[in-house]
Amino acid sequence: MNPYPLGLVQILSILFSLSLLVLIIVLIRRKKIREEYAILWIVIFLAFFLLSIFRGLIDNISSLLGIRYQPASLFLILIGFLFLLVFHFSLVISDMKKKINALAMTLAILEESLSKEKKNSS
Amino acid sequence: MKILALILAYNEERTILDVIEETKIDLPEADILVVNDGSTDKTKDLLTGRKDIIVLHHSFNMGIGGAIWTGFNFFSRNDYEYLVRIDGDGQHPPSQAGKLLESLVEKEADLVIGSRFIRREGYLSSLGRRGGIKLLNILTAFLLKQKITDNTSGFRAYSRRAVCLLAEDYPFDYPEPIEVYILSRQGFKIMEISAKMRQREGGITSISVLHTYYYLVKVLLTILVNFLYGGKK
Repeated sequence: MNPYPLGLVQILSILFSLSLLVLIIVLIRRKKIREEYAILWIVIFLAFFLLSIFRGLIDNISSLLGIRYQPASLFLILIGFLFLLVFHFSLVISDMKKKINALAMTLAILEESLSKEKKNSS
Repeated sequence: MKILALILAYNEERTILDVIEETKIDLPEADILVVNDGSTDKTKDLLTGRKDIIVLHHSFNMGIGGAIWTGFNFFSRNDYEYLVRIDGDGQHPPSQAGKLLESLVEKEADLVIGSRFIRREGYLSSLGRRGGIKLLNILTAFLLKQKITDNTSGFRAYSRRAVCLLAEDYPFDYPEPIEVYILSRQGFKIMEISAKMRQREGGITSISVLHTYYYLVKVLLTILVNFLYGGKK
């Protein structure tokens, strides 16, 4: 099945991706990271994990995509994921900015009506 | 006729009190609302404790669009009929605000813009910025089939229904040109009258010359994306 012998690099990358996967799950359990933001990370680490176990996978993907230099397809996958992640952050940040603005606006109006009420009652 | 004069202030300690005084004299029937957009100078101290005007403070600087939005929301939550916008840096002479409001009422318009370029008098902004404004005008004229000579002018008067519509989902980043765009697509009546502006007394311009074209590209992008999204709602 696997034409390559199990090398040190492969053992390290399996351990690395596995520990990151565990880390994400622990963080979700401790509520340090919201599930919706963690899903993409889980997918990424899972992909790393699979790629490091099945080394032939990269060769298959390369030939499927018509890439002769196998590491290039690894970089392609990596860049693709990073791109998605950054894009996702842009969406989240825009949404948060909108909500923060709405809060600040409401706060400004509420503060004013509160101070007016205080003045009237005293 | 209930009028709200919306004065926007971000670090305008040198001019804000004069602008308020002028507005009180020139628009005696209007309520004056000052939105302090997280100023870091003495603007906040100068405004606190006053009973003759309404003051709203942002906890942090949101940008001019955010300040307008807060003002619009205050307006829509109270029973005002007309709003006139005046910048806290002294650029918009309150003596001409009445003219904007008159046109608004008489012509039953929803937005009246005070334009620097109809008669070309007073302060006309720098040459580099004028080029950008011109380009924006050409595109607006093409998309809206209405000629607007001064789309970036913030010296404006609004009807209640215009303010309420804009308060719902405000175009924070480029308020002036997109406002025109949104209102025009709803079939609201927009007009321009000549206004003579002063060179700002204090504060710093929200758009530097170098940024003008960057700003322009972003505005054009926003307008084009909106345009592609379809016609009247």
